Amino acid sequence: MKEFEPRIVAFCCHYCALAAADIAGKTDLQFPPTVRVIRVLCTGKVEVLHLLKAIESGADGVLVIGCKFGECYFKEGNFRAQKKVERAKSLLEEVGIERDRLRYDFVAGPCGNDFASIMSTMTEEVKALGPNPLRV
Amino acid sequence: MIVAERKPFSEILSMVEDYSKILVIGCGSCVTICMAGGEEEVKLLASQLRMAFRKNKRGVEVEEAMALRQCDDEYMNDPVLLDKVRAADIVISMACGVGVQHATTFFNRIILDKPIKVVPALNTTFMGANLDVGIWEERCVGCGDCVLEKTGGICPVTRCAKSLLNGPCGGSSNGKCEINKETDCAWHLIVERLKALGELDRIKPVEPYKDWRPSHNGGPRRIVREDMRI
Repeated sequence: MKEFEPRIVAFCCHYCALAAADIAGKTDLQFPPTVRVIRVLCTGKVEVLHLLKAIESGADGVLVIGCKFGECYFKEGNFRAQKKVERAKSLLEEVGIERDRLRYDFVAGPCGNDFASIMSTMTEEVKALGPNPLRV
Repeated sequence: MIVAERKPFSEILSMVEDYSKILVIGCGSCVTICMAGGEEEVKLLASQLRMAFRKNKRGVEVEEAMALRQCDDEYMNDPVLLDKVRAADIVISMACGVGVQHATTFFNRIILDKPIKVVPALNTTFMGANLDVGIWEERCVGCGDCVLEKTGGICPVTRCAKSLLNGPCGGSSNGKCEINKETDCAWHLIVERLKALGELDRIKPVEPYKDWRPSHNGGPRRIVREDMRI
Protein backbone atom coordinates (compact mmCIF):
# COMPACT_ATOMS: atom_id res chain seq x y z
CA MET A 1 0.00 0.00 0.00
CA LYS A 2 1.22 3.47 -0.88
CA GLU A 3 2.42 5.44 2.13
CA PHE A 4 0.11 8.25 3.19
CA GLU A 5 1.41 11.58 1.87
CA PRO A 6 -0.27 14.36 3.82
CA ARG A 7 -1.48 17.51 2.12
CA ILE A 8 -0.67 20.50 4.28
CA VAL A 9 -1.63 24.11 3.67
CA ALA A 10 0.71 26.70 5.17
CA PHE A 11 -0.37 30.32 5.50
CA CYS A 12 2.97 32.13 5.62
CA CYS A 13 3.45 35.77 6.51
CA HIS A 14 5.30 37.79 3.91
CA TYR A 15 7.84 39.30 6.28
CA CYS A 16 9.19 36.32 8.23
CA ALA A 17 7.88 32.93 7.20
CA LEU A 18 8.12 33.55 3.49
CA ALA A 19 11.60 35.01 3.82
CA ALA A 20 12.61 31.93 5.81
CA ALA A 21 11.07 29.71 3.11
CA ASP A 22 13.15 31.55 0.53
CA ILE A 23 16.32 31.05 2.55
CA ALA A 24 15.45 27.37 3.00
CA GLY A 25 15.12 27.07 -0.77
CA LYS A 26 18.27 29.00 -1.57
CA THR A 27 20.37 27.01 0.88
CA ASP A 28 19.03 23.68 -0.46
CA LEU A 29 17.54 22.60 2.87
CA GLN A 30 15.48 19.45 2.57
CA PHE A 31 11.90 19.30 3.78
CA PRO A 32 8.96 17.15 2.69
CA PRO A 33 7.11 18.27 -0.45
CA THR A 34 3.79 17.98 1.37
CA VAL A 35 3.22 21.65 2.02
CA ARG A 36 1.45 24.17 -0.21
CA VAL A 37 2.43 27.68 0.81
CA ILE A 38 -0.06 30.52 0.70
CA ARG A 39 1.46 33.96 1.10
CA VAL A 40 -0.37 36.41 3.34
CA LEU A 41 0.75 39.92 4.14
CA CYS A 42 0.41 39.16 7.85
CA THR A 43 -0.89 36.08 9.67
CA GLY A 44 -3.29 38.44 11.47
CA LYS A 45 -5.26 38.51 8.22
CA VAL A 46 -5.90 34.76 8.29
CA GLU A 47 -9.47 34.27 9.44
CA VAL A 48 -10.89 31.30 11.35
CA LEU A 49 -13.00 30.58 8.27
CA HIS A 50 -9.89 30.19 6.08
CA LEU A 51 -8.60 27.50 8.43
CA LEU A 52 -11.91 25.66 8.56
CA LYS A 53 -12.35 25.90 4.79
CA ALA A 54 -8.91 24.38 4.25
CA ILE A 55 -9.84 21.36 6.37
CA GLU A 56 -13.32 21.19 4.83
CA SER A 57 -11.71 21.16 1.38
CA GLY A 58 -9.62 18.15 2.31
CA ALA A 59 -6.33 19.45 3.70
CA ASP A 60 -4.82 17.00 6.19
CA GLY A 61 -3.18 19.77 8.17
CA VAL A 62 -3.04 23.55 8.24
CA LEU A 63 -0.09 25.62 9.39
CA VAL A 64 -0.08 29.31 10.15
CA ILE A 65 3.46 30.62 10.33
CA GLY A 66 4.16 34.17 11.36
CA CYS A 67 6.88 36.29 12.91
CA LYS A 68 8.20 35.74 16.41
CA PHE A 69 6.15 37.37 19.14
CA GLY A 70 7.14 41.00 19.47
CA GLU A 71 8.60 41.04 15.96
CA CYS A 72 5.43 41.21 13.87
CA TYR A 73 5.70 43.82 11.13
CA PHE A 74 2.16 44.87 12.03
CA LYS A 75 2.87 44.70 15.79
CA GLU A 76 0.19 42.27 16.91
CA GLY A 77 -0.84 40.26 13.85
CA ASN A 78 0.84 37.10 15.11
CA PHE A 79 -0.93 37.32 18.49
CA ARG A 80 -4.23 37.61 16.65
CA ALA A 81 -3.35 34.67 14.43
CA GLN A 82 -2.47 32.48 17.39
CA LYS A 83 -5.85 33.19 19.00
CA LYS A 84 -7.69 32.52 15.76
CA VAL A 85 -5.91 29.19 15.37
CA GLU A 86 -6.98 28.29 18.92
CA ARG A 87 -10.60 29.19 18.12
CA ALA A 88 -10.51 27.19 14.88
CA LYS A 89 -9.07 24.23 16.80
CA SER A 90 -12.02 24.25 19.20
CA LEU A 91 -14.52 24.57 16.33
CA LEU A 92 -12.92 21.54 14.67
CA GLU A 93 -12.96 19.63 17.93
CA GLU A 94 -16.72 20.24 18.19
CA VAL A 95 -17.11 18.53 14.82
CA GLY A 96 -14.94 15.59 15.92
CA ILE A 97 -11.80 16.44 13.93
CA GLU A 98 -8.45 16.36 15.71
CA ARG A 99 -7.35 19.81 16.90
CA ASP A 100 -3.72 18.96 16.13
CA ARG A 101 -4.43 19.24 12.42
CA LEU A 102 -4.04 22.96 12.95
CA ARG A 103 -0.88 24.55 14.21
CA TYR A 104 0.43 28.02 14.79
CA ASP A 105 4.18 28.46 14.65
CA PHE A 106 6.65 31.26 14.15
CA VAL A 107 10.00 31.69 12.51
CA ALA A 108 12.45 34.56 12.05
CA GLY A 109 13.18 35.78 8.53
CA PRO A 110 16.77 34.50 8.21
CA CYS A 111 16.10 31.07 9.77
CA GLY A 112 15.57 28.79 6.81
CA ASN A 113 16.50 25.75 8.87
CA ASP A 114 13.72 26.53 11.40
CA PHE A 115 11.24 26.74 8.53
CA ALA A 116 12.37 23.37 7.18
CA SER A 117 12.16 21.76 10.60
CA ILE A 118 8.60 23.12 11.18
CA MET A 119 7.58 21.59 7.84
CA SER A 120 9.14 18.23 8.73
CA THR A 121 7.63 18.16 12.24
CA MET A 122 4.17 19.06 11.00
CA THR A 123 4.37 16.44 8.25
CA GLU A 124 5.33 13.78 10.80
CA GLU A 125 2.55 14.87 13.17
CA VAL A 126 -0.08 14.81 10.43
CA LYS A 127 1.20 11.44 9.18
CA ALA A 128 0.62 10.10 12.69
CA LEU A 129 -2.94 11.48 12.66
CA GLY A 130 -3.69 9.87 9.30
CA PRO A 131 -5.71 11.33 6.43
CA ASN A 132 -8.36 13.99 6.95
CA PRO A 133 -11.48 12.02 7.96
CA LEU A 134 -13.55 14.13 5.54
CA ARG A 135 -11.89 12.62 2.48
CA VAL A 136 -11.54 9.00 3.56
CA MET B 1 -27.82 46.30 21.24
CA ILE B 2 -29.00 42.77 21.82
CA VAL B 3 -26.09 40.54 22.76
CA ALA B 4 -26.16 36.82 22.12
CA GLU B 5 -23.77 33.90 22.02
CA ARG B 6 -23.78 30.76 19.96
CA LYS B 7 -25.15 27.56 21.37
CA PRO B 8 -22.74 24.61 21.61
CA PHE B 9 -22.36 22.88 18.26
CA SER B 10 -23.65 19.56 19.63
CA GLU B 11 -26.94 21.23 20.61
CA ILE B 12 -27.36 22.80 17.17
CA LEU B 13 -26.48 19.52 15.47
CA SER B 14 -29.04 17.61 17.52
CA MET B 15 -31.77 20.00 16.28
CA VAL B 16 -31.04 19.43 12.60
CA GLU B 17 -29.51 15.96 12.27
CA ASP B 18 -32.69 14.36 10.92
CA TYR B 19 -32.96 16.74 7.97
CA SER B 20 -31.20 16.70 4.64
CA LYS B 21 -31.52 20.30 3.41
CA ILE B 22 -30.50 22.89 5.95
CA LEU B 23 -30.51 26.65 5.55
CA VAL B 24 -28.50 28.82 7.95
CA ILE B 25 -29.67 32.44 8.03
CA GLY B 26 -27.63 35.14 9.71
CA CYS B 27 -28.84 38.53 10.90
CA GLY B 28 -27.05 41.71 9.88
CA SER B 29 -27.90 43.80 12.94
CA CYS B 30 -27.11 43.37 16.64
CA VAL B 31 -25.79 39.81 16.46
CA THR B 32 -23.42 40.76 13.65
CA ILE B 33 -21.95 43.47 15.85
CA CYS B 34 -21.60 41.13 18.84
CA MET B 35 -20.01 38.57 16.50
CA ALA B 36 -22.50 35.82 17.24
CA GLY B 37 -24.74 35.53 14.19
CA GLY B 38 -23.38 37.61 11.30
CA GLU B 39 -22.15 36.56 7.88
CA GLU B 40 -18.86 35.20 9.21
CA GLU B 41 -20.58 33.12 11.88
CA VAL B 42 -23.06 31.77 9.33
CA LYS B 43 -20.17 30.58 7.18
CA LEU B 44 -18.42 29.03 10.18
CA LEU B 45 -21.51 27.18 11.37
CA ALA B 46 -22.34 26.01 7.84
CA SER B 47 -18.77 24.77 7.40
CA GLN B 48 -18.92 22.93 10.74
CA LEU B 49 -22.24 21.33 9.80
CA ARG B 50 -20.94 20.22 6.38
CA MET B 51 -17.86 18.71 8.01
CA ALA B 52 -19.89 16.94 10.71
CA PHE B 53 -22.28 15.41 8.17
CA ARG B 54 -19.52 14.44 5.76
CA LYS B 55 -17.62 12.81 8.63
CA ASN B 56 -20.72 10.76 9.42
CA LYS B 57 -21.09 9.89 5.71
CA ARG B 58 -24.37 11.72 5.35
CA GLY B 59 -25.18 13.67 2.23
CA VAL B 60 -26.71 16.83 3.63
CA GLU B 61 -26.96 20.14 1.80
CA VAL B 62 -26.17 23.16 3.91
CA GLU B 63 -27.06 26.55 2.39
CA GLU B 64 -26.18 29.99 3.72
CA ALA B 65 -28.16 33.24 3.64
CA MET B 66 -28.28 36.63 5.31
CA ALA B 67 -31.11 38.98 6.25
CA LEU B 68 -30.21 42.50 7.23
CA ARG B 69 -32.70 42.36 10.09
CA GLN B 70 -34.63 39.22 10.91
CA CYS B 71 -37.02 41.13 13.19
CA ASP B 72 -38.46 43.19 10.34
CA ASP B 73 -40.74 42.12 7.45
CA GLU B 74 -39.18 44.70 5.20
CA TYR B 75 -35.77 43.03 5.30
CA MET B 76 -37.09 39.47 5.23
CA ASN B 77 -39.23 39.91 2.16
CA ASP B 78 -36.41 39.08 -0.21
CA PRO B 79 -37.27 36.72 -3.12
CA VAL B 80 -33.80 35.12 -3.11
CA LEU B 81 -34.02 34.42 0.63
CA LEU B 82 -37.57 33.07 0.32
CA ASP B 83 -36.55 30.71 -2.50
CA LYS B 84 -33.79 29.33 -0.30
CA VAL B 85 -36.27 28.89 2.57
CA ARG B 86 -38.72 27.06 0.27
CA ALA B 87 -35.97 24.67 -0.82
CA ALA B 88 -34.89 23.89 2.76
CA ASP B 89 -36.22 21.23 5.13
CA ILE B 90 -35.22 23.20 8.19
CA VAL B 91 -34.00 26.72 8.85
CA ILE B 92 -31.39 27.60 11.46
CA SER B 93 -31.73 31.23 12.47
CA MET B 94 -28.60 32.89 13.81
CA ALA B 95 -30.61 35.90 15.04
CA CYS B 96 -31.66 36.72 18.59
CA GLY B 97 -34.87 35.25 20.00
CA VAL B 98 -36.83 38.07 18.39
CA GLY B 99 -35.44 37.22 14.96
CA VAL B 100 -36.11 33.49 15.34
CA GLN B 101 -39.75 34.11 16.29
CA HIS B 102 -40.27 36.68 13.60
CA ALA B 103 -38.68 34.42 10.98
CA THR B 104 -41.04 31.59 12.02
CA THR B 105 -44.11 33.83 11.77
CA PHE B 106 -43.02 35.57 8.59
CA PHE B 107 -41.97 32.49 6.61
CA ASN B 108 -45.13 30.61 7.56
CA ARG B 109 -47.24 33.61 6.57
CA ILE B 110 -45.60 33.98 3.15
CA ILE B 111 -44.90 30.34 2.27
CA LEU B 112 -48.16 28.46 2.39
CA ASP B 113 -47.37 25.18 0.62
CA LYS B 114 -45.44 23.69 3.53
CA PRO B 115 -44.77 24.46 7.19
CA ILE B 116 -41.35 26.02 7.80
CA LYS B 117 -39.47 24.97 10.92
CA VAL B 118 -37.04 27.55 12.30
CA VAL B 119 -34.63 26.64 15.09
CA PRO B 120 -32.29 28.94 17.05
CA ALA B 121 -28.51 28.76 16.91
CA LEU B 122 -27.95 31.44 19.53
CA ASN B 123 -28.77 32.03 23.17
CA THR B 124 -30.00 35.60 23.44
CA THR B 125 -28.26 36.89 26.51
CA PHE B 126 -28.86 40.56 27.27
CA MET B 127 -29.14 44.15 26.10
CA GLY B 128 -25.70 45.55 26.51
CA ALA B 129 -22.85 47.77 25.46
CA ASN B 130 -19.60 46.95 23.72
CA LEU B 131 -16.97 47.85 26.34
CA ASP B 132 -13.94 46.91 24.29
CA VAL B 133 -13.14 44.61 21.37
CA GLY B 134 -14.71 41.28 22.33
CA ILE B 135 -16.26 42.44 25.62
CA TRP B 136 -19.96 43.14 26.14
CA GLU B 137 -21.80 43.91 29.35
CA GLU B 138 -25.45 44.19 30.25
CA ARG B 139 -26.76 47.72 30.60
CA CYS B 140 -30.55 47.54 30.39
CA VAL B 141 -33.21 45.04 31.45
CA GLY B 142 -36.01 46.88 29.65
CA CYS B 143 -37.95 47.48 32.87
CA GLY B 144 -40.22 49.95 31.07
CA ASP B 145 -39.79 52.78 33.60
CA CYS B 146 -36.38 54.39 33.22
CA VAL B 147 -34.75 55.81 36.37
CA LEU B 148 -31.46 56.92 34.81
CA GLU B 149 -32.27 60.60 35.27
CA LYS B 150 -32.19 60.13 39.05
CA THR B 151 -29.10 57.95 39.16
CA GLY B 152 -26.55 59.86 37.11
CA GLY B 153 -26.98 57.72 34.00
CA ILE B 154 -26.10 54.44 35.73
CA CYS B 155 -28.87 51.86 35.97
CA PRO B 156 -29.26 50.31 39.42
CA VAL B 157 -31.98 47.96 38.15
CA THR B 158 -29.56 46.31 35.73
CA ARG B 159 -26.16 46.84 37.24
CA CYS B 160 -26.89 46.29 40.93
CA ALA B 161 -27.06 42.54 41.58
CA LYS B 162 -30.05 43.16 43.86
CA SER B 163 -31.62 45.86 41.65
CA LEU B 164 -31.72 48.13 44.69
CA LEU B 165 -33.23 51.58 44.24
CA ASN B 166 -31.86 52.80 47.59
CA GLY B 167 -28.33 51.48 47.66
CA PRO B 168 -25.66 50.54 48.23
CA CYS B 169 -26.10 47.44 50.36
CA GLY B 170 -23.58 46.15 52.89
CA GLY B 171 -21.91 44.02 50.24
CA SER B 172 -20.24 46.97 48.53
CA SER B 173 -16.52 46.94 49.18
CA ASN B 174 -13.91 49.26 47.64
CA GLY B 175 -16.30 50.02 44.81
CA LYS B 176 -16.86 46.36 43.95
CA CYS B 177 -19.90 44.15 44.38
CA GLU B 178 -19.88 41.16 46.72
CA ILE B 179 -20.98 38.81 43.93
CA ASN B 180 -17.49 39.04 42.45
CA LYS B 181 -14.51 41.35 42.50
CA GLU B 182 -14.75 42.07 38.75
CA THR B 183 -18.19 43.63 39.06
CA ASP B 184 -18.45 47.29 39.93
CA CYS B 185 -20.91 48.22 42.66
CA ALA B 186 -23.56 50.13 40.70
CA TRP B 187 -24.39 52.28 43.71
CA HIS B 188 -20.75 53.17 44.24
CA LEU B 189 -20.65 54.34 40.61
CA ILE B 190 -23.90 56.27 41.07
CA VAL B 191 -22.65 58.07 44.21
CA GLU B 192 -19.34 58.94 42.53
CA ARG B 193 -21.09 60.22 39.39
CA LEU B 194 -23.61 62.31 41.36
CA LYS B 195 -20.75 63.74 43.44
CA ALA B 196 -18.96 64.77 40.24
CA LEU B 197 -22.17 66.33 38.95
CA GLY B 198 -22.71 68.13 42.28
CA GLU B 199 -26.09 66.45 42.59
CA LEU B 200 -25.52 64.08 45.51
CA ASP B 201 -28.65 65.42 47.19
CA ARG B 202 -30.67 63.60 44.56
CA ILE B 203 -30.27 60.27 46.33
CA LYS B 204 -31.45 61.58 49.69
CA PRO B 205 -35.20 61.04 49.10
CA VAL B 206 -36.11 57.40 49.67
CA GLU B 207 -37.29 55.81 46.42
CA PRO B 208 -40.58 53.97 46.83
CA TYR B 209 -41.05 50.39 45.67
CA LYS B 210 -40.49 50.06 41.97
CA ASP B 211 -43.57 49.66 39.87
CA TRP B 212 -42.84 46.55 37.86
CA ARG B 213 -46.07 46.72 35.86
CA PRO B 214 -44.43 48.29 32.79
CA SER B 215 -41.89 45.45 32.87
CA HIS B 216 -42.55 41.89 31.71
CA ASN B 217 -46.06 41.66 33.00
CA GLY B 218 -49.34 40.62 31.43
CA GLY B 219 -47.96 39.10 28.26
CA PRO B 220 -45.87 40.70 25.55
CA ARG B 221 -45.60 44.47 25.69
CA ARG B 222 -46.78 46.33 22.64
CA ILE B 223 -46.37 49.83 21.34
CA VAL B 224 -48.63 51.24 18.67
CA ARG B 225 -47.81 54.60 17.09
CA GLU B 226 -51.06 55.72 15.52
CA ASP B 227 -49.32 58.58 13.70
CA MET B 228 -47.25 56.03 11.78
CA ARG B 229 -50.23 53.88 10.78
CA ILE B 230 -52.25 54.43 7.63
